[in-house]
Amino acid sequence: MNLNELSILSLYSAMGVYAFAFIAFAIDLARRSSAVDAAQVDAQLAADAGESAALASGGTTTLTRISARMANDASTPYGRSASLRVGVSLTVLAWALHLSAAVLRGVAAGRVPWANMYEFAMTGTLLIMTVFLIVLTRADLRFLGTFVTGLVLILLGIAALSFYVEVAPLPPALQSVWLVIHVFVASLGTGFFAIGFALSAVQLLQFKRETLVADAKAVRLRFVATLPSAATLENLAYRINIIGFILWTFTLMAGSIWAERAWGRYWGWDTKEVWTFIIWTIYAGYIHARATRGWRGSRSAWLAIIGFSAVMFNFGIVNVFFKGLHAYSGL
Amino acid sequence: MAALSRPSDHYDSRPAAAGTEITQPRLGFIGWLRWFWRQLTSMRTALFLLLLLAIAAVPGSLVPQRSSDPNGVTQYFADNPDLAPALDTIQAFDVYSSAWFSAIYLLLFVSLIGCVIPRTRHHLQALRAKPPKTPAHLARLAGFTSRDAPAGTDAAAAVESARGLLKSSGYRVERCESGREVSVSAERGYLRETGNLVFHSALVGILVTVGFGSGFGFSGQRVLVEGQTFVNTLLSYDSFNPGRFFDDASLDPYKLKLDDFTVAYETQNLKAFGQPLDFTADVSVTKRGQAAEPGNVKVNGPLRTGDTDVYLLGNGYAPTITVKDPDGKVVFTDSIPFLPQDANLTSLGVVKVPEGLKKQLGMIGFFYPTQAEAQSGAYFSSFPDLQYPLLTLNVYAGNLGLDEGVPTSVYSLDTDKMDALATRTTTVKPLELKPGETQQLPNGLGSVTFDDANPGAKKGDFSGSVLRFASFDIHHDPTQGWVLLFAVLVLLGLLTSLFIPRRRVWVKAIRQDDGSVRLEYAGLARGDDPALEAAVADLADRHGAQLSALPLAPTPEQN
Repeated sequence: MNLNELSILSLYSAMGVYAFAFIAFAIDLARRSSAVDAAQVDAQLAADAGESAALASGGTTTLTRISARMANDASTPYGRSASLRVGVSLTVLAWALHLSAAVLRGVAAGRVPWANMYEFAMTGTLLIMTVFLIVLTRADLRFLGTFVTGLVLILLGIAALSFYVEVAPLPPALQSVWLVIHVFVASLGTGFFAIGFALSAVQLLQFKRETLVADAKAVRLRFVATLPSAATLENLAYRINIIGFILWTFTLMAGSIWAERAWGRYWGWDTKEVWTFIIWTIYAGYIHARATRGWRGSRSAWLAIIGFSAVMFNFGIVNVFFKGLHAYSGL
Repeated sequence: MAALSRPSDHYDSRPAAAGTEITQPRLGFIGWLRWFWRQLTSMRTALFLLLLLAIAAVPGSLVPQRSSDPNGVTQYFADNPDLAPALDTIQAFDVYSSAWFSAIYLLLFVSLIGCVIPRTRHHLQALRAKPPKTPAHLARLAGFTSRDAPAGTDAAAAVESARGLLKSSGYRVERCESGREVSVSAERGYLRETGNLVFHSALVGILVTVGFGSGFGFSGQRVLVEGQTFVNTLLSYDSFNPGRFFDDASLDPYKLKLDDFTVAYETQNLKAFGQPLDFTADVSVTKRGQAAEPGNVKVNGPLRTGDTDVYLLGNGYAPTITVKDPDGKVVFTDSIPFLPQDANLTSLGVVKVPEGLKKQLGMIGFFYPTQAEAQSGAYFSSFPDLQYPLLTLNVYAGNLGLDEGVPTSVYSLDTDKMDALATRTTTVKPLELKPGETQQLPNGLGSVTFDDANPGAKKGDFSGSVLRFASFDIHHDPTQGWVLLFAVLVLLGLLTSLFIPRRRVWVKAIRQDDGSVRLEYAGLARGDDPALEAAVADLADRHGAQLSALPLAPTPEQN
């Protein structure tokens, strides 16, 4: 068995473990729903408790971490969850396998493992997961586990089935230090945008729930009650998305520098350049929306969602189906 | 959280002054202009234009663009003869220089400038202003903390110590006193707005540089066969696109000779067999009055010389072909660049012999660096390097169409007015030549030779038998350095404007009736500031520690 075959084995094992992690996270969401049901047995009591908890957290907190504020922020408190812990443990295990798959592929090829679609997908999803795990150490976003493991599983599935190519040496066009920098930073930015997207989507759900509760209407997707408030989610999404935006700005610049060296011009409206620009503009709009009357909250959340959809489009559709100079999919 | 809901250092569309909605006076021309300007520079309009720009950029990725893919546009016209002209009228093939796209970004930048200038003025004032007076009640502000000072602490001394702490943390401080309260008002993070303004101004800088500066540059293309020399003058270029303000006289007439073009293809890894590994053009550059200097051009490594950047764009084979008349006199000899048709460099080229023979002679040649034969009998190349090279020539005689004043491409042959002498459909089949071989032309026209570029090589070693060509892009772009500078400023401005917190912090010492002193701490975020509460708490802790360490004796009043 050579290194590449070992890498493939490692990747498939990672996908298997991610699948189990996904199930554990999904069970947790189901348990959240029943926790909300239990809390509603005495709705008045729960509301009082929620209020006093919010009050207690408002004045005297001296905690530097966001996590403490977020836990208190939920309208229905949600205690420890065994399935969450299992989910996170399995995710870490799968991430380790995923990392070794990428490293083995890189060693097998004798270069960075991001030079064709298969490798972009493998390394990009690894970075999404890495960002997620790093954010977890700073804020309790484990409720995003189903989304993140689900997204990574789907992308890895597509990569393994449709994008797989054998190890090949770098063509002269890719023999540049900017391959290492430009593509890595773009993938890292994608990781942040993915988490920001998930937070914005949950923010919309939460906002809807909060509106329904305010109007005393019935709420579906009851587990949302155990998640942080829409305002907290929005602030968190913003912080994560601006990191993504800075990385994306750098991606654009590094890409321009590389384009000058390889193609003789730093900007030429190549299809991939166009889409990178579009994504940059959408996220610039997102940042400005938060400072514009009437655009805070749900509208800016939609911009973050559109932005990440454009990132996925840029990766999955533009790379494979659009004609242009960035024809490195290897397909 | 209410204080956080809107960053207070962002301008927004101002609310209309009370009363104007009800009895609207006639605005007049100036009034309308002012109204229009206010609308244009509002945040909402800027956001709208920004999102519109994103949408407007999309069509350019769906339809080929003349700027980046001119052949694609030609093909699109051929494929969609009805749709293409309609799309062309709305400039769909020139989206990024179209009137509508330009209108959006120009409006956006006008809006941006209209926003940046007043904000800069405002910020310059803020930079000189003192922090505002301490609010009467701190309890509702972020991170409010209340503590009792150690017994015997003097209020003024406590505030003085807080002042020192804040000042050393980079705050601008102002001492306030009212009644029983002594306080210090502090503000920091002015760099946040500075970064914001730098970011936006640098974007304007990029636009202006690209818009005006690129007119001073040029780009040109030139194909060189190994051994050929190019002199950097207007006439030497195969094609030349000067900017609007470019002066031909400013070309530095250096000489660039392609000494050698080396290639490497994968031969070990069977799954990537024949994939290119390296292209290197070894050149020598001779500047006026100087000795030749060696250099090289690679795909990701341009050569920067004589105020120009030389890029390697393509390469291929340039078989040397010699045509002789029946008497053996050479009427034509040249190395002709053949255009690669596939990854294994099956190449197509045209030979035109206008003079010296009974009739004008045209030949369409296919060159296979490693010739192989398909089941159908058709030839193809199975490897891009020279392992078993073969040249086939279809021969035509008649009128080459060179004398009609219509420009013709050196890469195509119009055979309408010519007789096919040796093609697949004639009795004489196309001529087949290996390097060094000669064949007789049909009808006793003469002979054609495929010259071996390395005749001394061992038998069966074809590696040097055919010359190669390289196609170079030669650019002069005076904007590059400036755009890079502005781009770096954009990034730095972005980093400071997003990560440096702008915040106000207050420390208040209140003398109690019993002689003790109560200390209050609070902060106010100006813009997104997740760490504010922690910063206030940290300040309270450090201040408390410093007060405990102070001598209990009252400190002398300051003058």
